[in-house]
Amino acid sequence: MTSTRSATLFALALLAPALIYILTIVAYPLFDTIVLSFTNASLRQEYDFVGWANYQRIFGAGNFTEVIIRTFIWTFFSVSMKMIIGMCGAVLLNAAIPGQTLFRILTMPPWIVPMAIGIFMWGWMYNGQFGMISGLLQNFGLTNGPIAFLAYGNTAFWATIVTDVWIGVPMVTIYFLAAMQSIPKDLYEAAWTDGAGRFYRFRRITLPLMVPAIITMSLLSLIATFNSFDIIWILTQGGPSGSTTTMIIDTYKTAMGSRKYGEGAARAVVISIFVTIFCLVYFRAVRKLQQGEAK
Amino acid sequence: MSDVARTTEVAAVDSPASVQPKRAARSSSRPMIDRYKWYEIAGLYLGIAVFLFFVLAPFIEGFLVSLKPLSQLFSTPYSFIPKNGSFDAYFTMWQSVPALGMHIFNSFFISTVVTLIVVAIVVPAAYAFARFNFVGSGLLLGAFLAVNMFSGAVLLIPLFRLMRAMGLLNTYWAMIVPGAAFLIPSSIWLLRTYMMRIPRELDEAAWVDGASRLYTLRRVILPLAMPGIVVVAIMTFIGAYAQQFIFALTFNSKTEFMPLPVGLFAFFGKQEVQWNELMAASFVGILPVMIVIVFLQRYLVAGLTAGAVKQ
Repeated sequence: MTSTRSATLFALALLAPALIYILTIVAYPLFDTIVLSFTNASLRQEYDFVGWANYQRIFGAGNFTEVIIRTFIWTFFSVSMKMIIGMCGAVLLNAAIPGQTLFRILTMPPWIVPMAIGIFMWGWMYNGQFGMISGLLQNFGLTNGPIAFLAYGNTAFWATIVTDVWIGVPMVTIYFLAAMQSIPKDLYEAAWTDGAGRFYRFRRITLPLMVPAIITMSLLSLIATFNSFDIIWILTQGGPSGSTTTMIIDTYKTAMGSRKYGEGAARAVVISIFVTIFCLVYFRAVRKLQQGEAK
Repeated sequence: MSDVARTTEVAAVDSPASVQPKRAARSSSRPMIDRYKWYEIAGLYLGIAVFLFFVLAPFIEGFLVSLKPLSQLFSTPYSFIPKNGSFDAYFTMWQSVPALGMHIFNSFFISTVVTLIVVAIVVPAAYAFARFNFVGSGLLLGAFLAVNMFSGAVLLIPLFRLMRAMGLLNTYWAMIVPGAAFLIPSSIWLLRTYMMRIPRELDEAAWVDGASRLYTLRRVILPLAMPGIVVVAIMTFIGAYAQQFIFALTFNSKTEFMPLPVGLFAFFGKQEVQWNELMAASFVGILPVMIVIVFLQRYLVAGLTAGAVKQ
């Protein structure tokens, strides 16, 4: 019943709504971005094709390369911190101690509440005069004066990373926890019988068997982080003086702030190329991991 | 595609049905391996405390701020605990931003419509991917997943033009239509994984009995897939609720259609930002999802682990 012609037609009919929807709302805009990137489109209705002029302009200006490098540094630190903290969280939540279920529930809020609301709260915490972080640091005598985290390039850069990590950690933790729980228990019991300690069991059983989950999650997290917009936009709008301007923020400012759709589209195309590369790496990695598992 | 086996397996571990018996079996067969020394337990709780503090600090701070009067908020030295705190902000906020109730309603309304659209589109599509191996099905599924990797932010310019051309700017649809698009692929993946666990023999039996394909889907598969559909609906609703920002910020400028996250900016419009009311309003917006977590925690874990292919 699965290989006949009518079955194929039926399947395509079932798929049609999803296909049409995605083609209109995602695929067409993706195509349109590429077309627009070769034009001087702006708020006016009509526009002309300008060849590679947009690309020449953005790469000629110099600060675009800077933005790309900054985006990669930002993404790298955010993803690695998510992985490390997520792994620690998973290990802690995996321990068979009373309160386990409650702790797991308490991990989820950052992932579930409206992102913008969580970010507003961080915005207040970073406030130099009255915020919690600066306030507590002063109360404990760790700093002399108030620190306005979002007012200086260096601290703002790290502040946005920490907030991004905060939003990403619950998902990574729960995913790692699930992967950890799918490791057969007899492996641990065998090792335990042989006198292997807790840390040794973690290093020799848990970590190696978690490698596929870690790779999968790092790549997914990489793509999500690379596309991160809300956090930086709400906290700093890319400032102060461009120190938190990542590629997405840069594109948004060009397109929606200055209404230079053509040039913004060119910037979006560069992002899309990176995302496509990450995507290919991800699919390849997943296939490799699968084959490795099948052997 | 190739991910199937692993995700299915991980999802099976935590899916609502399989959790109970498994846990029981584990604890009865669990030997001394999981017995901790007192200092190990102390270390674990300390670690969990630090971890949860990181996760919950903004909420704790936000809640305390909502209790503090403005005069105390803007005073130094900093005090963590509110002095003569009160719930006043929870009452005054409705006057400061009269549209607040509307914003909360909009948030729910947009998420609900998005969920309905996504479920209506995803159920047939997931069934097609779960049961029919037509030419190019693997490629098509891969393409769907790849779509997920592009965020709305990248496609904002053409989406803006598209919404303008369709005359949807400054309506609910400007937030609903693109919002749903980016939630469809992961939901297809999630539900497909679930449907593949429904034995194929059931379809075939119905087929042999002369049921049409559509009838089989409606009367055999749908009832059995209901738990999976519920998970998808919950995940979609939460996703739609959590992520409404960029489209609402860019495609809509009418106050009466703004969802809560964008509506909250109204608190910044005053001479001094009404932080206590802003936080109080945030908590009212957060409350429903907090309740959801407590009751549906297990579904969320199942949904997340199976749907992790997306994010």
